Amino acid sequence: MSDTGAWGSPAATGNPATTARAAAWRFLLQRASAAVLALCVVVHLVTMVYAVRHGLSSEAIVARMNANPAWPAFYGLFVVAAAIHAPLGLRTVVDEWLGLQGGVIDAALGLFALLLLGSGLYAVHALTR
Amino acid sequence: MSENRDSTLPVRIWRGDANGRFERYDVPRHPSQTVLDVVSHVQQHVDPTLAYRFACRVGMCGSCAMTVNGKARWTCRTHVDAVATGAMLEVAPLNNLPIVRDLVVDMAPFFDKWAAAKGAFTPTATRHDDFAQVEPASQQRRAIDATIECIGCAVCYASCDVVAWKPAYLGPAALNRAWTLVNDVRDGAGAERLRAVSDDAGCQACHTHQSCTERCPKHLTPTAAIAGLKRRVALAAIKGQL
Repeated sequence: MSDTGAWGSPAATGNPATTARAAAWRFLLQRASAAVLALCVVVHLVTMVYAVRHGLSSEAIVARMNANPAWPAFYGLFVVAAAIHAPLGLRTVVDEWLGLQGGVIDAALGLFALLLLGSGLYAVHALTR
Repeated sequence: MSENRDSTLPVRIWRGDANGRFERYDVPRHPSQTVLDVVSHVQQHVDPTLAYRFACRVGMCGSCAMTVNGKARWTCRTHVDAVATGAMLEVAPLNNLPIVRDLVVDMAPFFDKWAAAKGAFTPTATRHDDFAQVEPASQQRRAIDATIECIGCAVCYASCDVVAWKPAYLGPAALNRAWTLVNDVRDGAGAERLRAVSDDAGCQACHTHQSCTERCPKHLTPTAAIAGLKRRVALAAIKGQL
């Protein structure tokens, strides 16, 4: 191999199985979470439009959230999908636009995922007391 | 083009290395003139120090690709009529590769990535085995039909946004080659090749912009090849075969 430096030394020569598997699973999780998010966003928007058009008060919305366990389950799933999808997407943006990658970046994105998950589930929990 | 038989065409050609500049030349117009004809005229009649690369002149060898009016093209099969819309032709070296001099780029990073993507056939048979029987109508063989005509011109590579953003990305041509061999029933590299293309700089990095497919002079669809690799790699990961 010639030394091509900034012009793109091939990084993928004989990837260890762990590297290849991690990349494949990141891809799968990104796509699967995107599919879940697409559905969740549609349901969420329809719900919002319904609530607005029917003039539901905050109390009425919270009451309905409590009335059926499917609602917190749905929003819990929404939060989990967002907590998976957003950090993986951000990982690509940081890599391609800032050229940053590695363990520190992955750790920071892991913390970001936990922040999204924690704050999101806390919000769902707060609405379903 | 008879009306242009006696006219000249202003051409801006990149001279020097990455810190070079465009220089203007006036080239006589001819019927059915190609961009390679224009560059050759400058080298043969105006400035013999102009460096450029070509070989077959008939769209087979893949060595004459350059950036013509902002887009990567094979210059031997690109008519001036088709691209000099603003009555001006601008010819520059390919993007995403280091400039050696003038219109010549160093193709090493491009072909190193073919090697990194395990682009070499890994035989499973010996000379004592009979010829492999590959059914022309089989799914694998038809997938190969769609990829095998790549001439390695690097037009796709020079047109790829992801290569521009992330120089380590293997790029459309190397991944297209990997997909060709993944579908080759005679090849024995299997999971090893899938591992080679599964990486932050591998097939999953493709954004499906399809510039490679739009610009490929052989009308191949590297985007579809890369999508095939993504599917195959994902399936292998799920099955624990990666």
